[in-house]
Amino acid sequence: MNTASQPFQFFTASYLTQVENQKATNMGELLDGLEKASDKAIFYHTFQSLGRYHFLTEGFSNDFAQWVLSGLNRPALAERLASVDVRDYVSIPELRADLRRIVSEYAETYPGEVQQQAFEPFYFSQAVEVTVPLALDARTLGGFRASLERLGHSSFYHHFIASRLRLQLRTNDFSHWFSTALGMDALAERTNRIDIYTNTLDTAKRELIDLLDAEIRQ
Amino acid sequence: MTPVAEQATSATASALEQYAALLGPAEIEDLRSLAKPLEGASVQMVNSTAVGGGVAEMLTRILPLMRELGLEARWEVMEGGADFFEVTKAFHNALHGSSTKITPRDFEIFLDYNRRNRENIRLDGRFVVIHDPQPAALIDARTENDSRKWIWRCHIDLSRPDPAVWNFLAPYVSRYDGSIFSSPEFSRQLPIPQYLFSPSIDPLADKNRELAPEFIENVVAGFGIDPERPILTQISRFDRLKDPIGVVRAYRNVKRYVDCQLVLAGGGAADDPEGSVVLEETREAAGDDPDIHLLELPAAAPLEVNALQRASTIVIQKSLREGFGLTVSEALWKKKPVVASAVGGIPLQVIHKQTGMLAHSVEGTAYQIRYLLSHPDIARRLGEQGHEHVRENFLITGNVRRYLTLFLHLARAEGA
Repeated sequence: MNTASQPFQFFTASYLTQVENQKATNMGELLDGLEKASDKAIFYHTFQSLGRYHFLTEGFSNDFAQWVLSGLNRPALAERLASVDVRDYVSIPELRADLRRIVSEYAETYPGEVQQQAFEPFYFSQAVEVTVPLALDARTLGGFRASLERLGHSSFYHHFIASRLRLQLRTNDFSHWFSTALGMDALAERTNRIDIYTNTLDTAKRELIDLLDAEIRQ
Repeated sequence: MTPVAEQATSATASALEQYAALLGPAEIEDLRSLAKPLEGASVQMVNSTAVGGGVAEMLTRILPLMRELGLEARWEVMEGGADFFEVTKAFHNALHGSSTKITPRDFEIFLDYNRRNRENIRLDGRFVVIHDPQPAALIDARTENDSRKWIWRCHIDLSRPDPAVWNFLAPYVSRYDGSIFSSPEFSRQLPIPQYLFSPSIDPLADKNRELAPEFIENVVAGFGIDPERPILTQISRFDRLKDPIGVVRAYRNVKRYVDCQLVLAGGGAADDPEGSVVLEETREAAGDDPDIHLLELPAAAPLEVNALQRASTIVIQKSLREGFGLTVSEALWKKKPVVASAVGGIPLQVIHKQTGMLAHSVEGTAYQIRYLLSHPDIARRLGEQGHEHVRENFLITGNVRRYLTLFLHLARAEGA
């Protein structure tokens, strides 16, 4: 079994929601907010909503889509916003631009709906992240698997989902380590293909453990 | 100031193990990891009442958990005379948007009691958490180059405050290191960070813990409710803002299609003149329908409330205005499909079509109830997802986690 030159250090992450001084009460204000809100807010309402609502595996993609559906009652726009897959993005400006483009196009097609009042406002928020190292690390795949099994939701989310943007790569902490420290590119790729939209954090972790078991058996 | 933590909290020393058994060891290990860098740090919670009310109840439960995690957590209750509490009651109403006459003398009384309490208490915690407006002016104890971190935890709805009272309080609040609100809707424009801490329920409390099926059956039978037909339930005080008559109208609409029963259960009518009037109005609206059960529960009937929620087919919360509405989380924790109004903190708990159904009218409420009664698989899925949502976001362990995270964040921000 390969031994890594650099161990994988597991962290736990915890998040505080911080309200920004900006809200939207109609589609026009959503568009405005998508332009002016901080990068952290865009991250919060897309990447981080995946972690907050990981147990929703059908019909939920991000906070913007959900609010357009429940607050604005615009299912067609909600569907388009929900189709935005955060795995396609390596930077917040790109993601922000696409979200704005989708809302803009809809607003241009249906200008009469732009000022229609929402049932409830959308509050732009951001998350404050605090990380703490866990007493868990690994140098081998077997050790990694044993530690992974003991990992809580926050830690798994931190390494598997939030890390994508931190790394500015279309990957995650686990795949990055498999590839760079263990030289296991195929495992890294298979890990990265685990679907974060149709899995809960628990089932995604289970899928990863199954991949590791198969690799260890070989 | 009266320290109250010891007598209030000694009964639950091994609470973390009990939560680990319920929530899984990983989540509790995470809490321990977050608490480790804070080991020995002193946390001082200050509020204005030792018993009664949600804040005292919450502090009673979270302080032992903080202690078990290695923090030196203390709780002080500020002292005040009848004149002080009359003023703070008026402040409370004004901050909730009621038209209330506040005089300059009221502001003087408020500041005078805050000054006296400042002199009588050692505010020496590394993290000082001041709860609600009553002790907000204790921030005057803050010194230059103060190593303490000051946090103002606001439990009330400030979305439509009386400007005179808010303009008086805002300069005090603005001197804290951070503020905490229960919902973004309740927050204000402030120059300090505003964090969101949802209120939480305790899964081990009598109101939420698992019950034996026989106990539930007995409670239901005792109230004359038929367990064989669908039960729609709203647990709330008899208060116009909870719209019990709207619930009766929604039920009547549903009843045209489904042979169901309605349970409206709550306290508050006995000692609240307005509650008695609303109960009477609701009785009148219910008429002689034997399938409408209006239950006046005593103030402390957590097991009965728990049993009624667990026996329900659908739980309703058709409020016209709401604080956070924790009865929604209580129902979701019990995996019940919920139909609720999109007001106050309810949309944080009910994610439409994911963890329940939101409605905006009597007709909408009735429609969503009918839909769920005729789609039991969807109702079950909503209940299960609602349970997970509460597990992740609205349990007391999450509340402790948020406090630890905030303390770590503030400590790291100053490079400590």
